[in-house]
Amino acid sequence: MSSARDITRSAWPARSTYLDFPLGHTAGRPHMPELNRAIIRDTLSAFETLSVPGSMSHLSYRWDENDQWKDKVFAPAEKSVDSDHQKNKNNGYEDDRVARHDTPQYQTEADELAAFKSHGDEECEICIGIDF
Amino acid sequence: MSSGMQDRLPPVDYIPRITAQYAGLGYGEYRWLASETQPAWTPLTKPLSECRLGFIATGGIYASGQTAFHFKDDTSYRAIPNSIATEELRATHFAYDLTDARKDINVVFPIEALKSMVEEKKIAELGPNSYTLMGGIYSTRRVIEDLIPSLVQRVLDDELDVVLLVPV
Repeated sequence: MSSARDITRSAWPARSTYLDFPLGHTAGRPHMPELNRAIIRDTLSAFETLSVPGSMSHLSYRWDENDQWKDKVFAPAEKSVDSDHQKNKNNGYEDDRVARHDTPQYQTEADELAAFKSHGDEECEICIGIDF
Repeated sequence: MSSGMQDRLPPVDYIPRITAQYAGLGYGEYRWLASETQPAWTPLTKPLSECRLGFIATGGIYASGQTAFHFKDDTSYRAIPNSIATEELRATHFAYDLTDARKDINVVFPIEALKSMVEEKKIAELGPNSYTLMGGIYSTRRVIEDLIPSLVQRVLDDELDVVLLVPV
């Protein structure tokens, strides 16, 4: 399954389905279980319908009526003439990525406690290949 | 046209857009995986409805009680028992908007839909675990030499017939 058609085409897996949704929604929208099921049902069907190695099936689902989300994806911010030097220095792009920490990044503090409780300083038995 | 669906815009081309963003920010060029040869083909040997399906997802998903992923070329993976309650699942990542994944993990980790496919007899069953990884790993070499062989061994150990990959 993929929502990045060109990246998946470049990697060229044996079979794939393409869903034209924003990244972060490879299997659908939140709290729409029937949509999730329909997407998965169509995707699994591709195991039986695709017959050419490397082919991709396009699913027909649409994110919204006008596709406006596509204009904003990885696009430069509006050029500003004010004092936003950083943005202008970066040719209009804002660096919105998160710092690349090399320590576990928990969603909640409670998760960190739960992880500590379940295995303390011992290796987590179902977390394989942890290399920090 | 007064209402209704307008013509669709073409799929977003991420490679040129991300390449331009990195260049704009002054980073070196990212080398996208580009396969030169048509992929190998393994035909299904039985109907999908008789297959045991495995499920591997990127997107930094872990279960409460597990160690979370980190953001610096993390090539570890997590085995998530398919019996786990969905409320125990979490997502952590540096490169995509987590808002909807944290509202409902099924948008990136469709475990409930896959369980429904067993009920619908679309597939025979799921394997014992799903496997999750971080993605966004810059070292293709480490993915190919370390991560993929570990996952392939898991797929063999779990005696899976087909595997669904769900990258973010």
